Amino acid sequence: MSIAELLDLLGRDFMQRALLAALLTGLAAPAIGTFIVQRRLALMGDGIGHVAVTGVALGLLTGASPTWTAVVVAILGAVLIEVIRERGHTNGDVALALLFYGGLAGGVLITGLAGDGAAGLQVYLFGSVTSISPSEVWYTAGLALVVLTLTLGLLPQLFAVASDPEFARVAGLRVRAYNLLVAVLAAVSVTVAMRTVGLLLVSALMVVPVATSQQLARSFRSTLLWAMALGGVAAIGGLVVAAWLSARATVAPGPSIVLLALTMFAATWPVGVWVRRRRRIAEPFPALGADAPGPHEVEEHPHEHGEACGHPAVQHGDHVDYVHGGHRHAAHGEHYDEH
Amino acid sequence: MLNPTGSPVVEARDVTVALGGRPVLRGNDLVVRAGEFVALMGANGSGKSTLVRALTGLRPLIQGSVHLFGTPLAEFKERHRIGYVPQRGTAAGGVPASVREVVASGRITRRSILRPAGKADRAAIDDALEVVGLTDMAGDGVSTLSGGQQQRVLIARALAGEPELFFLDEPTAGVDLPNQRALAGALRTLSERGATIVLVAHELGPLEPLVDRAVVMRDGRIAYDGPPLAHEDVHAHHHPFAGPHDHVPHVGSPFDTMSLDPREDRR
Repeated sequence: MSIAELLDLLGRDFMQRALLAALLTGLAAPAIGTFIVQRRLALMGDGIGHVAVTGVALGLLTGASPTWTAVVVAILGAVLIEVIRERGHTNGDVALALLFYGGLAGGVLITGLAGDGAAGLQVYLFGSVTSISPSEVWYTAGLALVVLTLTLGLLPQLFAVASDPEFARVAGLRVRAYNLLVAVLAAVSVTVAMRTVGLLLVSALMVVPVATSQQLARSFRSTLLWAMALGGVAAIGGLVVAAWLSARATVAPGPSIVLLALTMFAATWPVGVWVRRRRRIAEPFPALGADAPGPHEVEEHPHEHGEACGHPAVQHGDHVDYVHGGHRHAAHGEHYDEH
Repeated sequence: MLNPTGSPVVEARDVTVALGGRPVLRGNDLVVRAGEFVALMGANGSGKSTLVRALTGLRPLIQGSVHLFGTPLAEFKERHRIGYVPQRGTAAGGVPASVREVVASGRITRRSILRPAGKADRAAIDDALEVVGLTDMAGDGVSTLSGGQQQRVLIARALAGEPELFFLDEPTAGVDLPNQRALAGALRTLSERGATIVLVAHELGPLEPLVDRAVVMRDGRIAYDGPPLAHEDVHAHHHPFAGPHDHVPHVGSPFDTMSLDPREDRR
């Protein structure tokens, strides 16, 4: 497909709708995903996605809008997951697994009963651009805005609860209510992302941009904002790639969005490793004062340490040590001391 | 200062706490008055951490009552008056957070929903960072700090809410000596500003000169309450341990909860 044809395709009404839906999904999913990753529940979105399959199937069976049945069932599933996580004090993962498989199996079974077979479900499992109707774009936009408003508006409270629930409880926050809110918002963003990324891959959009942005970010706020930006870029970019490939083959947008997000991760990860290593090497040595054993002189030293010598200079109390072959050399008059 | 005439800040009567149906604390009375620096001491598993958790409302009482500033704990709404420093290990989560962000989250007790941080918030956060000596590291990621520095971050977080009463759970456990000294310096500043401090400690170390009252727990009861004791009097011989003490031995299954523990029926 030539560039002109691609631009023509992107200018079509259904494509514009899909791009808007993808952008909002790309922003909302990593926003709530940051809190889920913070609480070390990275696979929660995946679980909610599986449960939501049953919701979609119920919509197909009853003729109701699958978007709304999915929202309802996903919220119920998310609340159940949160309750199990909170109450069960061991092996919560097994309980969650039971729920995931139940959701997926139930969804496929009910879709079969509805007579749609796997093809009807396919659109929801891996996303589909062309099938998004104008009304669904408005639902998606509305739900995404709700997720974004609540997530960013309650950022201080949600951060306090996610980073230290006990402290938050003593500080008077209703920890359970906030945890349930995060679960419900996660469920809503799963259904928001259903039409673009698909239920089976939605969790990737909640987790992968966060994993990418935390390679380089030092603070929670910058992790969150970068994750949103990366999510938006991945969603739009993946959709354009899927549209571009559509001339030759049928490509669902979900896989291309997720693979693009993963490519971003693969590109930043080595940088993150390098930055963290440099930061660790430059970490100052603690100044122990009189407690440390006395320094002793280095007998002979072949060169003078300095900016150009290639040995890392690390702060140590009020002076600089040069790390040299497993030793720490500190300049002392004409010679070097071992520190 | 030992303050026999001051107004009671913490008033615990007949405090009894059960973990998984097993009574761990039994019938403890404790009154802490304004400005006191109290150290809760005792061997591992003696119930000192549980007592502090009961005083902050993290552990429900099955008997007895706790009043903070004269108000029953359940009705106590002025949460900005207390600062809680939990046992270390919770400062870093799955996402990087800067020192300043963690300290700022302590301001939550004074921030209503949807109100952006103001000048007073920023000043309190700056002050908290300065008291614990971490101003220079405010932009660093919490997970890159040493254990002792992370502990100081948690103290600064409690401090940011400008509370009058501090509960600290084992702030010196596993902290190296220079950091223990920095910690002691921060607590001295707080104490001199008039704060009431209740601190759980296995060993006092550099905190010893600050403490003006020691409460020693033994097997879930307060065994001693009075002027500080020498280390040997509390425990002549002990072994260090890693991780929290598990009061309730258990075997779990997916939907098992503490209160549904089948062994409770037999007791």
